[in-house]
Formats: sequence, structure tokens, C-alpha cells
Amino acid sequence: MKTKFLIIILLMLNIKLSANENIGIDTKIFKNLRCLVCQGQTIAESNSDFAQTIKIVVRDKISRGSNEKEIYEFLSEKYGEWIVYKPKFNYINSFLWISPYIVLILGGYLIFKYFRKRRQ
Amino acid sequence: MKISFLKIISFFLVIFTIVVFFIALSIDKRYSTENIVGKKIDNFKIKFLSHDQIFENKDLSNDKYHLINVWASWCLPCKKEHPILMKLSKDDNLNLIGINFKDKKKNANNFLKNLGNPYNIILSDTDGSSSISFGVFGVPETILINSNQIVIKKFIGPLDTKDYKNILNVIYEN
Amino acid sequence: MLSNTGNILLIGSIASTFLIIYFAYQNIKVRSPQIKKNIIYLSFFQITFVISSFLLLIFAFVFSDFSLIAVYQNSHSAKPLFYKISGVWGNHEGSMLLWVNIMVLFSYLFFVFNNKTNSVLSLYTLIVQNILILGFLVFLISDSNPFFKILPIPIEGLGLNPILQDPALAIHPPLLYLGFVGSSIYFSAAVAAILSNSDGKNFALSIKKWVLISWSFQSLGIIVGSIWAYYELGWGGFWFWDPVENASLIPWFCMTALAHSVLVLEKRNYLYNWVLILSLITFISSVTGTFLVRSGILNSVHTFANDPSRGLYILIFLSLMILFSFIIFFKRRINDQFNLNPLSKETFILSNNWFMMFYLATVFVGTIYPIFTQVLYNTNISVGPPFYNQVIAPILIPFLIFMAVGPKIGWMKSKFISYKPFFVIIILSLLINFFISFFLKSYNLISNLIIVSSLFLILYSLKDFITNVKSNSYYNLASFFSHLGFGILILFIILNHNFSEEFDLNIKVGETKKIGNMEIKFNNLKIENRENYNAVIGDFNIQDFQRNYLKKLNPEIRVYENPQTLTFESAINTNFKQDIYLTMSNIDGSDFYNIKFQVKPFMLWIWFAAFLTASGGLVRVFLKK
Repeated sequence: MKTKFLIIILLMLNIKLSANENIGIDTKIFKNLRCLVCQGQTIAESNSDFAQTIKIVVRDKISRGSNEKEIYEFLSEKYGEWIVYKPKFNYINSFLWISPYIVLILGGYLIFKYFRKRRQ
Repeated sequence: MKISFLKIISFFLVIFTIVVFFIALSIDKRYSTENIVGKKIDNFKIKFLSHDQIFENKDLSNDKYHLINVWASWCLPCKKEHPILMKLSKDDNLNLIGINFKDKKKNANNFLKNLGNPYNIILSDTDGSSSISFGVFGVPETILINSNQIVIKKFIGPLDTKDYKNILNVIYEN
Repeated sequence: MLSNTGNILLIGSIASTFLIIYFAYQNIKVRSPQIKKNIIYLSFFQITFVISSFLLLIFAFVFSDFSLIAVYQNSHSAKPLFYKISGVWGNHEGSMLLWVNIMVLFSYLFFVFNNKTNSVLSLYTLIVQNILILGFLVFLISDSNPFFKILPIPIEGLGLNPILQDPALAIHPPLLYLGFVGSSIYFSAAVAAILSNSDGKNFALSIKKWVLISWSFQSLGIIVGSIWAYYELGWGGFWFWDPVENASLIPWFCMTALAHSVLVLEKRNYLYNWVLILSLITFISSVTGTFLVRSGILNSVHTFANDPSRGLYILIFLSLMILFSFIIFFKRRINDQFNLNPLSKETFILSNNWFMMFYLATVFVGTIYPIFTQVLYNTNISVGPPFYNQVIAPILIPFLIFMAVGPKIGWMKSKFISYKPFFVIIILSLLINFFISFFLKSYNLISNLIIVSSLFLILYSLKDFITNVKSNSYYNLASFFSHLGFGILILFIILNHNFSEEFDLNIKVGETKKIGNMEIKFNNLKIENRENYNAVIGDFNIQDFQRNYLKKLNPEIRVYENPQTLTFESAINTNFKQDIYLTMSNIDGSDFYNIKFQVKPFMLWIWFAAFLTASGGLVRVFLKK
């Protein structure tokens, strides 16, 4: 009974673990790149000359078999990490990625503390 | 006890943030060109402007400084920096390489015919993709590399007389 | 002449602010519950001075008096009247004057509404608020004076950035300012409550209305800003996690948290310390946001002319504000003693605050982190949409569930809500989600779960509403609107995110291109002269063979003369199902035009849901039972 129920739920969720299929890998990369000569636009959104050129280069790299990470590395080397919108997880950026969760855990703990007091 | 521990931490975080803000106010926030300086340039293969042969790294002579200038006939600042390039072209210890960026061959040739040709070698990057490996944002940009193909300096925007002196200093210092 | 009058009005404002502080202080010293008449008169003078100076500046913009440097730099005589007026707050100086106006307005209204019921608290609040006003007035008159003269007087102005010449953007700043500048009043009230040892319940009652008002305006301001970004920037998106947008979102999180927890303080007299902290950090985060935006410390879409000396002044002011409020707060050594029942409204409201603080931390750290890496490690990084989406999206799931169940739970202690409807609604949400993905396309796990939980919130709110209407019992309409609206908002944002389509191609006049089941035809191109710009208008036909419709779209490239700028106007065809969105741009030295064609489902629903959410606050203020 229970397993049946679980299967039904999983079916209804229609789980698809793969990434979004609607957009190709190139668009995904463009959305994660900053158009350096624009004001806060991504390469995907921008019509600028710079963006057009980067699009050509990225598509060219994809067709030559580079993966996402290699493309980010290539561009970071030329233009700095600034060009990538999603900062990679490294020593410098660790606090950026961790601190929201510190707040989450701390907040949960503080609320929980008031429950415990009551039981005593 | 724990609450006061939290107080101390939050207090120091706030102080720290404010201090960082104060320092950040005085930092210059223009495009940084440091990423590429001190590194060897990538291998490249670019077509000549005048014919279909290909120019590569190994074709760069190894006894001179090279100045790679990215330009286009449609770019106004390129006209502005042109006299500087003409002056630099008189220097025999400097090899001037022009990369014509996203341009039409006819327009590029007209540009050089009217204003003079400062370049020893002229290459053509029709779709702009080769210039990305030099970390180019737009035109004009200029990269000074030494005989070992290591980037010494990068100039964004038109060269001026200060940059001119700067380039000569680098060449004759060593 | 105009400049002198303006300066006199500003000096008058400063003088009356000084006198208010002085007399209010004297009033407190004599410990009489009676508020002296002269304070009331002075407050009236102050607001008159400040508002007249603002009207005077509007006058200068309307009649294009270029003897003022602010008018010269931001206006042009050929500009339509509406944008001459909105140009007043489209620049730094004018917007600071608007800022001061709103601080004074809230100060005045708060004092008028509260001085009879709670004279000590309102006197203290008046003092603190006027110290803040004084700080901004000094900043205004010394560094950002909108009444500075320029000599010789120019014949023509430089004009307003065309991207700002838009009806949505004209009302966006005043709305937003009513929100986050309005939050100054409960900052002052919080400091005042600590200084005057005010009772928690009294404090809650006196700030509640102002929290809701500022929350509603902040929400409206954010929505209008997004709408503007959607059709004016021409990128097809409406939220970019841009630092300026984040700067308006951070105070919104604080206000949302405060609007909830202030209820606990009012009803149960719990969480006094926490409500004080929230009241303080709302305005502190507003000023921090202003500092980040105006100092030019961050790069961003919305460029205000920035200059480091302004940044320095705001930062010093901010530091002093934080320092003093911290000292005053920590001196109050009262620890709230209370116990929570896990299954009570208090707990659910605290959990709202818990999630709000998480979102706040994410957005705040994300916004300022690039500054830290630059100062400490000398590396530039970007923190953009992929970061925020990844961190925030998963935590929406429990948040939506809590939000659904919360309003039904009673104060203090509640016997558990019956399980049956709970499960029925979950199953129903799962089913709907299944149908959505069955008929459309499938998407990933997190999207699935967010859709299920937002459906859960929508259905649960509706069920609550219906049962309450049937039994004819008291019902909180405000929270119903806001919670339901938020559920719909998240649902449609996720659907939009998953089912948007985007095509980018180059096309010549006369050409027809096929993409998927659609065909785009570029009919022709015409040029029109309009009031203050020339427009290059493209004429496109969009045909969908599957659904068999034909749409005409006319995107524009606008060429403005003063200042010389190109803007790209999107053409949008809106219906209940989807927006069809088209922008075009010219390619240098080529007959081709680059067009970006997007199909964005449910945009109208997103706006509707956002307005529904924001309306909750105003319903609460104005429709009291």
C-alpha cells in the first residue's frame, strides 16, 4: 500500500532530474556570462558587438568539443572571473555560498530553542 | 551567554563591512587588464588582410617587441590614435601588427590609403572571434608583447602621447 | 531668483527642524503629558517649507529654468510636460529632495496621529526622526543642492536620458521612496521606544499602520520597476538580480518580516527585542542600499551620476546611525521571556521571519560580496542570477507550505488542523502539476516541487476563504489577498521560467524566416518623426501554424537628439496565455537587423498576482473591521 502510494506521488511529480531541456547548452552559457561592455546585461540579452563576438567564440568552442567548464575557464583567463555570473566555489567565494545557510541554520536553532525551554 | 556571543560577532561583522565600504570607495573600478599581463599569448592563426595566407605565432620574429593593434575603419577613436601609431611605426625596434576587426576589406584598405599604413603586418579578423583570445573588449585596443610573446602591457581605448612614451620606455629600458 | 527662494526655503526647513528638536526636548524635560502648541505649529511650518521647496523645483523643471544646474543637466525645453515633471526625481539632487519630503511627511503624519494617545513616545520619535531629517537636509544643502546656480545661464538643457522617459519609471521612484524612506519613521519610533521605555504593545500599535503602508508602497514600487524593465530594457526579463533591484528588495524582506512579527508583539507582547531589531535594520538597510547605488561602488543597469564624496557622506551618516542605534539597543538589557508552542501562530510567524532572514542574507551577501573580494583579494567577481536562483529556489518550497498553513493556526495553542483537507489538497496539487507537465513539457525536480507547493498554497488559501465565508466568521482578507497572490506569483514565475522560448536571428527587409512552428516575416521599415526623437519602425508578421494565428508586431529603434542616444523599443503582444515579445536592433555596416523573438507565457498573470500581493497591505490599513 505504502509503496504504491509512493510510486503514485513520484509519478505525479513527474520527476525529471535532468537540466532544463528548453534551452540549449549555448544559451545556458550565454546566460551565465556578463556582457563586459554593457550595463549589467548578460551575453544572452545583449545586442552589443562584444556579445555577438563572444557568442561566435562560445559556439565555436562547443562545436570543437569544449565543455561548459572549459569555456568559463578560457574566458575567465582572458577577462577575469568577472565575466562569469555564477561564482565558482573556491576559497575566496566560500563565504558567499555558505553564509546564507549559516543564517538558515542559526535561525532554525533560535526558534527551536524557545520550544525546548517550554519542555523543561 | 550565547546571545552575547552573537552580539559580539554581529558587531564585528558590521564594523568589518563598514571598513570595507570605506576602502572600496577609493578603489578605481575600471576594466582591469591585469588578467592577461605577464602571460604568454595564446596560439593564434589569423588570415592576412591582403591575401588568404595564414599568420601564426611562430611567424613572429623573436628579436623584437611586437605591438598588436586591434582596429577597424568604422571606429572613430581608431582615427584619433592613428598619428601615434604612425609615429611608432618609425621605430625599427618595434614590430607593428594590425588586426583589422570586423571590417570590410575595401573600407580597411581605404582607411590605410587615406591616413597612411603604420603596420608591418596586417591581419584580418572578420568575425572578431580571434581577437577574443587576446582579451579584446572592443576597438581600439593595443597589446605590447616582448620577443618571448609575453604580454607586457595592454591599452584599452585609443593610444595617446602618454602611452607612446610608455611604450618607448619599455622597449629601451632593457 | 528661483535659486535664492529655494535656498531660503531649505534654510527655513533646517531652522524649523532645529527648533522642533529643541522644543520637543524641552517638552520631555518638564515631564508633562501635554504637548506644547508650538511644536505642532513648528511641524506644520517644517512640512510647508519642505513641500514648497519641492514644488518650486517642479516649477523650475516645468518652465525649464536653466539657471539651476540640476535643471540644465537633466531637462530640455522640448521634452513632454510629463517627463519634465518626472525629471525632478530622475536625478540625484531632486531625488534627495524627494527623500527629505517623504521623511518630513511621515514624521508629520506620525506625530499628528499619535501625539494624543501616546505623547511621550511620539515626542521621542519626533526628536529622533528630526535628527535624521537634519542629517539629510545638511547633505542636501551642502553637497546635493538642487538649487545650485549655473553662470552664465545656458539657453538649452542637456536632456533626460531617454531610457528614463517612461510613465512607469516616472512613478517608480516616488512609490519606492514612500516605501523605504517611509521606514525611517519606525526606525525613529524604535529608538524612541527604547529611550522612553515604552511598553511593547503600545509600540506595536503605533508602528503597525506605518509598516503596512511602507510595505505596500515598497511592493508597488518594485512591481512598477519590474514592469518598466520588462518592456523598456528590451531584454525580455523582468528581474535581473541587479544590485539596484537588490537594494530595493533587501528592505522589502525586512518590512515583510516586520509586518508579521509586529502582530505577535501586538497580540501577545512577545518578541519585543526582535521587532525593535527589525525596525532598526529596515531603515539601516534602506540607507545602505542607497549608499551602494549612489556611491558608484557597484556597477549596475541603472546609472545615477555618482561621485565618491556623496558616497562618503552617506557612509559616514550610515555608520553613525548604526553605531548609535546599536549602543542604544544594547543598553536596553531586557530579555524577552517567553515560550513558544510549536503549533501556534507565533511559531508560524517566526518561521516567516526565519525565511525572510535567509533571503535577506542571500541577497545582501550576494550584492556586497564583489566589493569584499575586490578589497580583500583584488579579484573582481560577478554574482548574478544563477547564484540567486540556485540558493533561493529550493528554500521556497518549505516557505510556501508554511505560508499556506500559517494563517489558519490560532494564537498561543492550536489543536491540529484536521489532516483530511490537508492531504486532499496535496494530492490535488500533485495532480495539477502532473497535468501541467503532461500537456506542456517536463521540467526539473526543484521546479516540480515549487509548483506543487505553490499550488498547495493557492488551494489551501481558497479553501480557508470558502469555509470562512460559509460559516460567516471573521476573516483576515488582507492576509488572504497577499498569501494567495504570492502563491499565484510564484506559480506563474516558475511556469514562465520553464516554458519561455527565445530565438535570436538576423533578418533583412522582405525576408521570411522559419523557427519551429512559426514564421517571421519582415515586411518593411519606415521612419517617423516624433515629438523629441526619430523612430525607425519595423513591421513584422508572426504566424504560428500549429495554433493558426497571425500577429503584427512593430518594434522600434528610437534615435534621441538630446542627449544623443539610441533606444530599442520592444513590441509586445499580450494576452492571458502569453506575451509575444519582439525587439530589433541594427547591425553596423549591414542590411541585416538582429531580432530577438520571445514567447513568454503568463506574463499578465505575473503582474496581476504581484499587484494582488501588494494590495493586502493596503486592505489591512484601510478596511479595518
